[in-house]
Amino acid sequence: MSDKKDELEKAPAREKPTFVEPPPGHTGTGFFATSMDKAIGMARKNSLWPLPFATSCCGIEFMSTMSSHYDLSRFGMERLSFSPRQSDLLMVMGTIAKKMAPVLREVYTQMAEPKWVLSMGACASSGGIFDSYSVLQGIDRVIPVDVYIPGCPPRPEQVIDGILKIQELAQNESLRRRYSKEYEDLLTKYKID
Amino acid sequence: MPAFTIKAERDQLTTDRLLERFGADAVTHERLYDTMCYVVPKEKIHDVLAFLRDELDFNFLTSMCGMHFPGLELELGTVYFLHSMRNGHRIRVKTFVSLKEATLPTATDLWPTANWMERETYDFFGIHFSGHPNMKRILNMDDFPAFPMRKDYPLEDPTREDKNDTFFGR
Amino acid sequence: MSETTARPDLWKEDHVEGGGLNELTTLNLGPTHPATHGIFQNVLTMDGEIILDTEQTIGYIHRAFEKIAERRPFNQITTLTDRMNYCSSPINNMGWHMAVEKLLGIDLPKRVEYMRVIVMELSRITDHIVCNTIISQDAGATTPFLYYYQWRERIYEIFEEICGARLTTNMGRIGGFERNFSDLAWERTRAIIKELPAALDEFDQLLVRNRIFMDRTINCGPFPADRALQYGFTGPNLRACGVDYDVRVADPYSSYEDFDFKIPVGKSGDVYDRFTVRQEEMRQSISIIRQALEKLDKIADKTTYHADVPDWVLPPKQEVYNDMEALIYHFKIVMGEVEVPVGEVYHCVEGGNGELGFYIVSDGGRNPFRVHFRRPCFIYYQAFPEIIKGGMLSDAILTMSSMNVIAGELDA
Repeated sequence: MSDKKDELEKAPAREKPTFVEPPPGHTGTGFFATSMDKAIGMARKNSLWPLPFATSCCGIEFMSTMSSHYDLSRFGMERLSFSPRQSDLLMVMGTIAKKMAPVLREVYTQMAEPKWVLSMGACASSGGIFDSYSVLQGIDRVIPVDVYIPGCPPRPEQVIDGILKIQELAQNESLRRRYSKEYEDLLTKYKID
Repeated sequence: MPAFTIKAERDQLTTDRLLERFGADAVTHERLYDTMCYVVPKEKIHDVLAFLRDELDFNFLTSMCGMHFPGLELELGTVYFLHSMRNGHRIRVKTFVSLKEATLPTATDLWPTANWMERETYDFFGIHFSGHPNMKRILNMDDFPAFPMRKDYPLEDPTREDKNDTFFGR
Repeated sequence: MSETTARPDLWKEDHVEGGGLNELTTLNLGPTHPATHGIFQNVLTMDGEIILDTEQTIGYIHRAFEKIAERRPFNQITTLTDRMNYCSSPINNMGWHMAVEKLLGIDLPKRVEYMRVIVMELSRITDHIVCNTIISQDAGATTPFLYYYQWRERIYEIFEEICGARLTTNMGRIGGFERNFSDLAWERTRAIIKELPAALDEFDQLLVRNRIFMDRTINCGPFPADRALQYGFTGPNLRACGVDYDVRVADPYSSYEDFDFKIPVGKSGDVYDRFTVRQEEMRQSISIIRQALEKLDKIADKTTYHADVPDWVLPPKQEVYNDMEALIYHFKIVMGEVEVPVGEVYHCVEGGNGELGFYIVSDGGRNPFRVHFRRPCFIYYQAFPEIIKGGMLSDAILTMSSMNVIAGELDA
């Protein structure tokens, strides 16, 4: 018992908790003024709720990324949702066969805007090593993708890199982007209404 | 250390019993590496499997798959991998059918595990198993137009447009 | 109390057979579902909470392994075998190499076989950690999942040191390994077998005699042994039902007959038995690794890492640049000009889920003519409707995760 107490006494003073970097703005007593898109971008960036659409080996690497060694929750992704209605980020991890493609599309259309898609692994990005009749050669044949992470499977550090890029996209996205003509054209190209 | 061991006595016993029961013109036998392989015509296959299970104690159907040898008279074949756990003895039983009459009796009444194995063989090769409780495709989509494991079906996706065949030598 | 709207006189009518509101519901446990660890679909017909029937659909991740394997030379098929049971890829790799070595008639030195045993047992431990932590997570205890993934990271570090990759390892070559294990790999292996038993004891303490866990998992999804054999069960699922069949003992390969280990066997095949069988198997794996390290210490030769088959093992690059013979061998191996005997073999190993078999038909060419993988998950998942019939939905979920159905192995 006594050596535990010694350890506690020798432990370094707790550091002050760190906060997310605030966007540039004006502060005063009791107020902080910044532009809306920066504030909303900051909020969206740090509280993305992912939908892990894990099909195969990349799913196991994602489970490793999610657990304590690499820890996704420090990026605000503590809550994984398996319901598309409650998630922002569709992480497609693993091979998508042609049998599964309609299911993937259905899940994508059920998500509410704004939504981002992360394609993890070689199979999801381009069909991977499976150049065969039954594998969809890349999910960007059925849904629009924002970030691709190559690798077979990608290391957890690469996954985190991809997530940081998604966070960058989420932070810097213009608020009207989902209503813009460019985005509508993109959805029409994929025949999603 | 030798790569494999041969159970000569049990192999001999199995071969003798099979020849005795079904005759030498129905059963051809050959030892390939460490396992005896028997080739049986398709009319006798169910009886042979039932005999092996009941009389020779092959209680475990390890696996079953199909094969396609283009150019032979009987092109499509199935292999049954049998295992007698009590005796630690494995054999393979093969039967061949032609492309036009690709039907075989089901083995699900002998071993329930043959259910999905036969569906997979049907899905890949088109061999129909009569008497099967649920004879439809298992791994490909139900309306898939061909039998993909046959040698004449190409491996790659026929609709892909990004790979140039001249560079990949296909 | 007098204002309650309950009508007990009506309840009796609702539950009478064939009368009242006796409806069956159809529930789609669809391909994307958090509780099904993998992509497969079950359409359940239920009477309230009791499951009456299940219709299964698989194939959502069918990647045509057997067809691709007909177009790849033998060494390149190793990367395909990785991705079948991806929780324990080295076992698949080693099994494939052993099947090809049987075809080619290659004998391995003892040192290489003991190294293979170490790698296979380490990956068996990772597979069982995944399965057991997922069982506990589905039963409600999420702690083991986060704690024991740490140990998987430690084993990944060993794999990285041996072959460079964590998960889909492509480890070894036909005839042995591609390089000797470094000192760091040996050091890490010794460290892990020293520290892992204490962690497994902690895992046991959390769950095995835990009243809540026992109530949840005992008698949940039992399966009789004779039906299991008829359904082709092998591996921990079969051993939990009471049959002590283990390929490592029944048909020893890679010098397993030199090792002394026990086969844990359950009684009724329910979730509790499967969990405890896997726990005990992890301990037996640690014991096997310890024995292998002792045996390797006794072997004087510390540099052999492959069999002496120049036809199949790539010579070191320094020799290729300097020696004519090595250059020719290198060319022949890479271009696939080496003669392969015509014939067929079947070789099976004890994978994480059971008997993993490889059937190769060779016609003498660079690629095999036909390859068939005997995948244990595919075979035993057929029995799932029979196991859960008459049980409740939550028990079905737990049974499914305890059977360790890995989608890559299911569909292949």
